Amino acid sequence: MAVEARLRWGLVPLTFAADAPFLVPYRIRKQRRRETLTDMSQLRIVVLVKQVPDTQNVTGDAMKEDGTVNRAALPAVFNPEDLNALEEALRLKDRHGARVTVVTMGPPAAVQVLRESLYRGVDEVILLTDKAFAGADTLATSYVLSLAVRKLGGCDLVLCGRQAIDGDTAQVGPQTAEKLGYPQITCVSRVDELVAPAGGAGGAVTATRSIEGGYETLTSLLPCLLTVTGEANEPRPPSVKLVMTYKGIAAESMPDYDDTYLDPESDAAEVCMVGRDGRPVCRAKVVQWDHLALAADREALGLRGSPTRVKEIESVVLAQSEARMVTPDEAGLAILVHELIEEHILG
Amino acid sequence: MRGAEAGDVWVVVEQHDGVAAEVSLELLGRARELAERLGVGIGAVLAGAGAPVRALAPALIARGADTVYLADHDDLGDYLALPYTCVVVGLVRAHRPQIVLYGATTSGRDLAPRVASALRTGLTADCTDLRIGDFSAKGETYADLLFQIRPAFGGNIIATIVSPEHRPQMATVREGVMVMPEADESRTGTVVTVPVQRSSAPVAAADRIVLTDADFAVRLVKRVQEGKRVDLKGARVVVSGGVGVGSREGFALVEELARTLGGVVGASRAAVDAGWVGHEHQVGQTGTTVRPKLYIACGISGSVQHRAGMDQSARILAINSDPHAPIFSVAHYGIAGDLHKVIPLLIKAYRTKA
Repeated sequence: MAVEARLRWGLVPLTFAADAPFLVPYRIRKQRRRETLTDMSQLRIVVLVKQVPDTQNVTGDAMKEDGTVNRAALPAVFNPEDLNALEEALRLKDRHGARVTVVTMGPPAAVQVLRESLYRGVDEVILLTDKAFAGADTLATSYVLSLAVRKLGGCDLVLCGRQAIDGDTAQVGPQTAEKLGYPQITCVSRVDELVAPAGGAGGAVTATRSIEGGYETLTSLLPCLLTVTGEANEPRPPSVKLVMTYKGIAAESMPDYDDTYLDPESDAAEVCMVGRDGRPVCRAKVVQWDHLALAADREALGLRGSPTRVKEIESVVLAQSEARMVTPDEAGLAILVHELIEEHILG
Repeated sequence: MRGAEAGDVWVVVEQHDGVAAEVSLELLGRARELAERLGVGIGAVLAGAGAPVRALAPALIARGADTVYLADHDDLGDYLALPYTCVVVGLVRAHRPQIVLYGATTSGRDLAPRVASALRTGLTADCTDLRIGDFSAKGETYADLLFQIRPAFGGNIIATIVSPEHRPQMATVREGVMVMPEADESRTGTVVTVPVQRSSAPVAAADRIVLTDADFAVRLVKRVQEGKRVDLKGARVVVSGGVGVGSREGFALVEELARTLGGVVGASRAAVDAGWVGHEHQVGQTGTTVRPKLYIACGISGSVQHRAGMDQSARILAINSDPHAPIFSVAHYGIAGDLHKVIPLLIKAYRTKA
């Protein structure tokens, strides 16, 4: 299989392969003893991501005859700014060493964004799925996400995209931070510096955010939640090796949080490699939690836990074309400009 | 049927160095309409430090506030999410407004969700309209709810959101979609000075706002205003570029056309995301809403989210190589052609005429 895979990878452009984390089978190199991933001093990062319908490419097939959107025809994608948040987490991992956990809430099919996260080199992925979560607005969503972060034992840094392209609310980040009691820096266009917690000191993060007509730089004590914008970075592509490793991975219900499978020495560890940072990397599961696993209050979940209701939805209908077409030559444009000046549209 | 309720309509005012954000004043205008319909008063929450912020209170009354809740403390000089959340949450708990409105600015969108979470109430982001009306669900009718109207799903739908059971009803509202009220210096109102105390540890106090050290876990290192604010809203002519522009260099052509026509440069979300132009130039649902006399869309296909921000322009000229691009459906004039050739011709035609 390895040979076959290598042959296939031979066709992959070099830049693509060069971006892939350096992974070699760990069990083969077991003589190189290393600290385990359960190292308490290690930086812990949780990335919150969402699978969304691709509302940015609503054209052609996605439009119904009456000019409204056919949502079912929109492909499900990794919310773009969540990919930026993930990239920021992976860069911090590359620089400081960190354990990166990706959490998503959604239907079982949302496992795809978790796979995409594994393909890029995260350590652990968690799927929050339950019929009881359905119909959640931002308040009920942030409740579930905050419970998941708590169940993970908290962390040093929570990262998420500024907003999701299906709702564009930018609310879930700050609401999750409030529920965790973490401070927040939203709309981050650059993470300037991270001082990892060490020797009893709590650590801090400095980030720059865009504001109207300028920017501001803030420093927060850890733990802290950052929401990241598309300006922050260029997300890395999936690693071919990791795609081969994880493409078939399925979600597995694990009511109790037990991270021993992340320990390369444990029998539960199914995939063990040495990562680019020299640490053992062990990943094998998509942990799945429902409301019972999270010990959630039913009243605060899903539609029941959502203060807002949609009263009415109106589709925006494309009007029929009424544009007067102008010939793109000197004569045509001269007439157009003349007309606009005559009508005092242009001065 | 649930009857009408007491509780004022509030606007959380955003200010910088004693100057109120325009959207906050626009909100006071709409708050007046909502409050008159409900038969209640208007409250303005004003937080900051020192004389400039105190001087702003009468200006808010002139624009329509009946009561200004003034939280003036040295530690509130710069907007920071946690202490400002503490102020708004404390005031809402003490005075129980039925509606609280915020500008959908960077700081409004930072603050409002944090407050909503702390109060466990609903919040609708980026509204383009607010109305009062009745809502029925499951055999229950709720009178006089706040209809929070906003585009969603990439601007492909317009949703009306309500918050039937939870109070206050909260919304952030986009700048420029509501009419700024005239200042009426003869209006009278009350300025309530809110006692604010800084403490190292939490103190239980109902009569004042207590800011603890934990509220200052985030500290402002620097804030830079890059002088030239892009005045898209006030522009007579907006020339916008989209994906079809192709590159940062291509965008120079859009900028030249804008300069020639005495206009301002706009952009679609895609062009901003591509990094060709700053986000302050973005026109559309998540950017600025513009209503210029002339809007020129260059290489913009015309997603609903973009059209939502420009379709009220007096005249729209679309230049696009794809004659079937949706932008032509809102345009008054269309030019199907390569913008890299059309724009120089257009510049030449204008220079010859003017």
